[in-house]
Amino acid sequence: MQLRDIVKILDAEIITENDDSALDIDVHTACGSDMMSDVLAYVKDQGLLLTGLVNPQVVRTSEMVDIVAIAFVRGKRPDKMTVELAQSKNIILIGTQQKMYQACGKLYAAGLGNRP
Amino acid sequence: MTMGESIKLRYDVNGEDFVTCGQASEDVKRTLKGIGIPSATIRRVSIAMYEGEINMVIHGGGGVAEVEIFESKITIVLKDTGKGIADIEKAMQEGYSTATEDIRELGFGAGMGLPNMKKYSDEFAIESRVGQGTTVTMTINFQEDA
Repeated sequence: MQLRDIVKILDAEIITENDDSALDIDVHTACGSDMMSDVLAYVKDQGLLLTGLVNPQVVRTSEMVDIVAIAFVRGKRPDKMTVELAQSKNIILIGTQQKMYQACGKLYAAGLGNRP
Repeated sequence: MTMGESIKLRYDVNGEDFVTCGQASEDVKRTLKGIGIPSATIRRVSIAMYEGEINMVIHGGGGVAEVEIFESKITIVLKDTGKGIADIEKAMQEGYSTATEDIRELGFGAGMGLPNMKKYSDEFAIESRVGQGTTVTMTINFQEDA
């Protein structure tokens, strides 16, 4: 699934400034968590992180496990510093009004991460 | 890197600053990428060291990270002069944490830091004295991507 599809499914806005072509990136897996240690413990070959946390360590955690995009759920938005940090690491940030459960459910139902 | 040489890196980890925490791990990640270490190995190093850096800030009051990169492995020594760990066996259990509610709200303190560090290391050692601080030493061997 392309990030472009994810944006559409979640009715999300794009927070970082990217070329439109950045949305062509393929995302194979996703992980939904507000506990960064869980992300570090269980994630492999990660594509997308869904989270309700907006502090800069969300971006750093994502960088450590090669996550390519972060979707903030429940209408949460990171501050400018966190956005700039993501920008500098080429991690794309998007934001949706959907709750975590809905957002994960929609993406799973659309086939993200549920095909062996 | 030629035979027998190593790259030595040293970082001060600021115990007051949760915002910049992780910069040492980022720099190590960049360095390993630059010398062409396989990405799965880099990820193991990054996770282990980053968890350690977070621990140094939330529990250890900051400290020093010393990293040495050899031809086929990396050693990471994280040394803080914080309050130390009274019961190491307990601290190594998944899910056990003494982190405060404030830290949990930031997404850490799930009691996975030390277990993660051990899981991703080939060699792991921890020494701690209450009131004097904690030193964690990790070695990760470089492996080709599967």
